[in-house]
Amino acid sequence: MIQRLLVANRGEIARRVFATCRRLGIETVAVHSDADAGLPFVAEADHAVRLPGNAPADTYLRIDLVVEAARKSGADAVHPGYGFLSENADFARAVEAAGLTWVGPSPESIEAMGSKVEAKRLMREAGVPTLEASDEPSEADLPLLVKASAGGGGRGMRVVRRLEDLASEVAAAQAEAESAFGDGTVFVEPYVERGRHVEVQVVGNGHGQVLVLGERDCSVQRRHQKVVEEAPAPAIDGDVVDALHDAARRAAEAISYRGAGTVEFLYDPDTERFFFLEMNTRLQVEHPVTELVWDTDLVELQLAVAEAADSGAVLGFSSNGGAPQRHAIEVRLYAEDASYLPQSGRLVTFEIDHDLEFALGGERGIRVDSGFASGDDVSTFYDAMLAKVVAWAPNREQAIRQLVAALRRARIHGVTTNRDQLVEILTDPVFVAGEMTTTWLESRPISAESPSDSRTSVVAAALMLAAADAGRRTVQQGVPPAWRNVVSQPQRTTFEGHEPVEWWGTRDGFVVDGITVLEVSPTHARLEVDGVTTETRGQRYADHPGGPREVWVDGPAMSARLREVPRFTDPADAVASGSLLAPMPGTVVKVLVEADREVAAGDVVLVLEAMKMQHTVTAPHDGTVTEINVEPGAQVASGEVLAVVEEAATTAG
Amino acid sequence: MSGNREAMLEKLADLDAQHAVAVAGGGEKYVDRHHARGKLTARERIELLVDPGSAFLELSPLAGWGSDFTVGASVVTGIGVVEGVECLISANDPTVKGGASNPWTVKKIFRASQIAEENDLPTISLVESGGADLPTQKEIFIPGGRLFRDLTRSSARKQPTIALVFGNSTAGGAYVPGMSDYTVFVRGGAKVFLGGPPLVKMATGEESDDESLGGAEMHARVSGLADYLAEDEHDAIRIGRRIVARLNRSTGGGRAQSRPFAEPDADPEGLLDLIPTDLKEPFDPREVIVRIVDGVSTDSTNGGGNGRPFDEFKPLYGTSLVTGWAQLHGHPIGILANAQGVLFSEEAQKATQFIQLANQSDTPLLFLHNTTGYMVGKEYEQGGIIKHGAQMINAVSNSSVPHLSVIMGASYGAGNYGMNGRAYDPRFLFTWPSAKSAVMGPAQLAGVLSIVARAAAEAKGQAYDEEGDAGMRTMVEAMVEEQSLPYALSGMLYDDGVIDPRDTRTVLAICLSVIANTSWTGGKGFGVFR
Repeated sequence: MIQRLLVANRGEIARRVFATCRRLGIETVAVHSDADAGLPFVAEADHAVRLPGNAPADTYLRIDLVVEAARKSGADAVHPGYGFLSENADFARAVEAAGLTWVGPSPESIEAMGSKVEAKRLMREAGVPTLEASDEPSEADLPLLVKASAGGGGRGMRVVRRLEDLASEVAAAQAEAESAFGDGTVFVEPYVERGRHVEVQVVGNGHGQVLVLGERDCSVQRRHQKVVEEAPAPAIDGDVVDALHDAARRAAEAISYRGAGTVEFLYDPDTERFFFLEMNTRLQVEHPVTELVWDTDLVELQLAVAEAADSGAVLGFSSNGGAPQRHAIEVRLYAEDASYLPQSGRLVTFEIDHDLEFALGGERGIRVDSGFASGDDVSTFYDAMLAKVVAWAPNREQAIRQLVAALRRARIHGVTTNRDQLVEILTDPVFVAGEMTTTWLESRPISAESPSDSRTSVVAAALMLAAADAGRRTVQQGVPPAWRNVVSQPQRTTFEGHEPVEWWGTRDGFVVDGITVLEVSPTHARLEVDGVTTETRGQRYADHPGGPREVWVDGPAMSARLREVPRFTDPADAVASGSLLAPMPGTVVKVLVEADREVAAGDVVLVLEAMKMQHTVTAPHDGTVTEINVEPGAQVASGEVLAVVEEAATTAG
Repeated sequence: MSGNREAMLEKLADLDAQHAVAVAGGGEKYVDRHHARGKLTARERIELLVDPGSAFLELSPLAGWGSDFTVGASVVTGIGVVEGVECLISANDPTVKGGASNPWTVKKIFRASQIAEENDLPTISLVESGGADLPTQKEIFIPGGRLFRDLTRSSARKQPTIALVFGNSTAGGAYVPGMSDYTVFVRGGAKVFLGGPPLVKMATGEESDDESLGGAEMHARVSGLADYLAEDEHDAIRIGRRIVARLNRSTGGGRAQSRPFAEPDADPEGLLDLIPTDLKEPFDPREVIVRIVDGVSTDSTNGGGNGRPFDEFKPLYGTSLVTGWAQLHGHPIGILANAQGVLFSEEAQKATQFIQLANQSDTPLLFLHNTTGYMVGKEYEQGGIIKHGAQMINAVSNSSVPHLSVIMGASYGAGNYGMNGRAYDPRFLFTWPSAKSAVMGPAQLAGVLSIVARAAAEAKGQAYDEEGDAGMRTMVEAMVEEQSLPYALSGMLYDDGVIDPRDTRTVLAICLSVIANTSWTGGKGFGVFR
């Protein structure tokens, strides 16, 4: 029996495992980096061990330190979570060698499935359909997909549409894979344009018996990373689903799989055929949707399998659970902007109404699995996922409606998230009809926000700022804001990307054309438009004292982050034209040009790595590099001036 | 709607229209041309200069009303808060004849400097003026020198002076930056020299240009007249705000901060119903007071709060004048308000005593005018009305606590003096649109003239021309009526502005806050005389 379990992970998954441990009476041990010391998962654990430093390679990826932490804290078992060391056979072996219980599959299974090349071979032999590309691809084989053999989560994955790009994309994928996984092996397979990602949850007892807990659809992806996941998969014929389940079972049986795993398939809805993609030998991020429709605690099941394996017993699965009676949908709430660039900063407010956290039960509800709480700092060292928000209900339509409402009502301030995009996805007719494919999100046009809602929110934000200004006065405090005895013009508050809000300060309070201002305080505004009253709440925030102010507004229909355009800018602070700014916090990997060199528009000036993805920074125009402010290895903050390219004179002599 | 209200709203609509004339400055064409040059108008500059959301109390907006010059006198003056510091702001209006100064401009700026001096305010001049209006130079040139004298004396009193120069500031105008503690010149805009290229050519034969004689770059790098070179108008205003932020004045030299307070117990909106259309009809000033002073509040850290809105002093004596104590935006004040128009000996003596009491407790005074003057007639002359009136005027003149005056209705005769009219230098004086002020009522004045003329005719044994008399009376009555109206008085700088009665509380609150930059002690020497 496991008495004290260490989770070799962080954030929400550490909390997820701890939650089950608490229910089962198992003591918990957290390991944490310095940047994570203040996060809830550390506070919640019975014991915590510091892993000095921040970079994953110095902390969560250090097998020796993690095993030592288990020893020091008296843990008798280790759960790897997902990501980091979860699919590292060496880690599994080190844990077992230290005499600890490894909550996961055997190192052999991890290795077999860890190499995608090897896994494909095994599956072919077990009769599971796979995608095969010729060794010498021709035009007819396009498009192709380059994948890292050791990859996951879209890292090291590249689509090739022109044969001449193949070599360079393979090289880039190799570099990325080498950096992310320490293994540069890549392979090429046909790329199915309109495929869906459907995966099957399995739990093996290590003695050949495999429990299949249905399938999940994870087709809504951006940059090969899952955004929305649901169970069961919508709009797939029952026979196909059965065949999928059988294939997954065969895959797991082929390696006498032990523990929880996921067999991923690419499903082509046009032909109703599916192909094995890979098997993940760990608990998936999206496991809650399966838990909620099957009423099964997957972590508990993992622990039971591990305990049985440890004691030499054989855990038998009594049934396959029948058919799921509910539908569950999960969205991943990321700290990222509209271009999917990770965001960092203080999560000033983080409130999502929910029924459950890391648990299951009931016929419908909202479950939030989160690694953050209001006031926590979101660092750039790790994955940008803030929380998983899951709705479950007797049917899919109801689950969608609940999830949309929960997201709309959520109050998230301080860090930009993909919340609005998630709402758009969930309400898109393509999603509602269950017709999404893995490329849908990237081809989907960005819808414009509703202008009327936007104006009310922007006006509300402007008035909240005005009320805050009024409250900060040190003289004439009781005088109505912006009062004038001779009126010449409105007050103007401007937010980036919006028309200036014009308002008047009168003896009766704020006046705005077309809107009746009922009540305003620094944190809320009640406005009436066309006889309809709307309550908007707001949170003011500035990156640094005196910096541009932001207002995070939450209205009934929309939430927005509004950044005030300052009245004045010091010319000394102005950024020289042609400055190349860091698009996100990260590390400079390569600098490809030298100062004083001529560059053409589009030339790569330098390469940044952030979130294990490489981003190229290119010259915005023809010209001369006048400044290079960074060198390889430098850590840069978002918005930092990396280099300056002075535009070439357009007129000749 | 009451008749009173309707009449007052009509007057207020007219007031808005008069203010709109001042705001329009040189008119759409000149404002557009100014904007097209990338320049901001005077009021746009002020709006950027003052703290976001703070109030701006414009002073003498109707200066020059009734004269040949544009209403507003081509300059905007007022009190605004910059970086938390109350400042006197003065901005030339370059859309009116290039911002040239006329006689009213000069008077308006004099008044603004007086306010800055009395209330210890820094002065910020937003300069863009083509100099003096030459056709009226004889009224400007000699007295106008005081403008520069005031600036440098202000500096000597350690009341900082800041000039933000946006455009022309030539000849005499060059001394505005010349006399200021801090100067900011806008690149490509500021032009500051004693004599321009043509004058220099005539005087010495030297060939020159604007930039070498008076450009911003030159003054910043060569002459040193400019302390800061601003990139553009916004930048100049930004620098101006930074200068104020570093004046180290945030602590203020004056009294303690005002106390917490409650809004008035009665709705100020009701003031519009209160003032009769015919000023012969008296109204109860207590109804005005309760609408402008703080309401009852208990949540005070200071001695149990404001238990009553108004504690009337001597309510049974001299009932034609109401006196008492109140609080406005937390500032303690004493109030004298006419109740029945006429001031008798009792009222004069009561006022004298009350003013002395306010001086004993260092309490500022507010005078609410609605008076037809001191009582005349045998009985009253024999009762010593001159002595008693003189006592009151003496007390008003020599009281050393700050005074504020609001002319609500009539302010006739020596009553205007006793109630602290313009000549008695209240710190601020504002007028309601319902006000009238003259030596006596128009009908009375015409009647007096008629009686005197008749007596003269009779003395000469001539027959009196009754028809001519009627014509004369009508003409005089109309003329006096016009001259005693608020716009005419305001146009001549006899007040600091005509205000909406509903804004009275706010205006007075700003004035009291401004006054609190200074310290004062009430007059000393004798105890209080009854």
